[in-house]
Amino acid sequence: MNEGKSARVLVVTSGKGGVGKTTSTAALGVALAKDGDKVVVVDFDVGLRNLDLVLGAERRVVFDLINVINGVAKLPQALIRDKRLENLYLLPASQTRDKEALTEDGVAKVIAELRGKFDWIICDSPAGIERGATLAMRHADAAIIVTNPEVSSVRDSDRIIGLLDSKTERAERGECVDKHLLITRYHPWRAARGEMLSIDDVLEILSVPLLGIIPESEEVLRASNVGSPVTLNAALSPPARAYFEAAHRLKGEQIPMHIPSESRSIFNKLFGRKAA
Amino acid sequence: MSSLLCQRQSLTFRARSYMAFVFTPQPPIEDWLAGLDATLERSKGFFAGHPVALDLSAAPLGEAAISQLIASLQERNIRVLGIEGIEPAGIGPGLPPLLRAARGVADIEPLESVPADAPPSAAVNAPAKKQEPASLLVDSPVRSGQSVVFIDGDITVLGSVGSGAEIIAGGSIHIYGTLRGLAMAGASGNPRARIFCHRFEGELVAIGPHYKTADEIEDSLRRGPAQAWLDGDTLKISAMN
Repeated sequence: MNEGKSARVLVVTSGKGGVGKTTSTAALGVALAKDGDKVVVVDFDVGLRNLDLVLGAERRVVFDLINVINGVAKLPQALIRDKRLENLYLLPASQTRDKEALTEDGVAKVIAELRGKFDWIICDSPAGIERGATLAMRHADAAIIVTNPEVSSVRDSDRIIGLLDSKTERAERGECVDKHLLITRYHPWRAARGEMLSIDDVLEILSVPLLGIIPESEEVLRASNVGSPVTLNAALSPPARAYFEAAHRLKGEQIPMHIPSESRSIFNKLFGRKAA
Repeated sequence: MSSLLCQRQSLTFRARSYMAFVFTPQPPIEDWLAGLDATLERSKGFFAGHPVALDLSAAPLGEAAISQLIASLQERNIRVLGIEGIEPAGIGPGLPPLLRAARGVADIEPLESVPADAPPSAAVNAPAKKQEPASLLVDSPVRSGQSVVFIDGDITVLGSVGSGAEIIAGGSIHIYGTLRGLAMAGASGNPRARIFCHRFEGELVAIGPHYKTADEIEDSLRRGPAQAWLDGDTLKISAMN
């Protein structure tokens, strides 16, 4: 265990569904665990759990987050250790319950207990702005806002950023939740043709510093379907490299940012931006 | 009886002012409703969920006719909060309450520490409130779904106003970022209120009761600095260069 180390609670959130929250949670969890950090990924999508599938742990789920909240199981009984990475754990959601089963006190207790055991606690938020999403972000020190470069996703992200600034414990204490923007499913050629928002447009609208740009890729889909995140299954592929770089930036390293398939480095332009 | 009352915990009443649209129906009511339908056709759901007050000063209706009018509005998903411009006797118990000119409302705490036999004026003479500056400065971006309302004066936003966010000011609105959402100036009836923004991509701008949706605004104005003001009864928007 890591007594004395300070755990960081991250929420991976977006507002809109289908943008890549769960995929990104798993890929970043693997990337941080490969670096030697002790990581737990927590599925908050009660009733529609997926993180167990994406991590290939679906056959080993016995107890879940709701069981721990209700006192049916103890936290160590519900944690599933990854077979490939000994530093990576999963706390699955319940599939048979719904978000009403999440209680504010219960979530607070679970997060507090996890803080004593892990370096990174990554909460995979459900889509929407209701109970599941607000409780997933409630205790976050930092948020990763997953956005696709399209108008609906960007507006929903804007809404979520507003909630991060008002509904989290940090916001209520008058502090700020660190915010990082992760742009996923980026098609360079479609952006060039003007069919998607450009990276500049997204950053201008959301004014949140960029954590990474994940190119759209078959590798990501394939990895999710075989239960092995892309950072494990195809570690040298462009999306995996983008996730590894994002993980290093989370740890405070300065790494130049590249827009996929564009040779021009726009590091100064993008990474230098600050959230307003 | 009075000693019993004194022993009870004193109640504290607070008064608060709210924003509401005011409809002023003109007879014949049928025609007026048709005009309303035309407006609703252009922007569906614009009034849905918002409180609406009825000013009946231009349309002297009987109690039954008022009930019918309120029912017609309800069919259009418009809920009437109160009625003004009518004699109190004209409002039966089944109708929304009468509203009177409601400016300058302060918190009222009449029942605290007032001796039962003291003249009521003792409670009313509250110390004069310090004059607050009539402007509100917002130094962070206004995100989608957020709403900033300041009826007593101007609002200045240093960041951008997101799509689906709204700014409602009694006076003028100044936005130093991009306006992508909704801005309503002059909400307390000031026709000289204006809206200024550094970059205009708004969904709706309004001054007082006059508004334009993005559809009705020239494309050439978009993405540049712009201002909106009232010229008589017409809402005008122009580029600022």
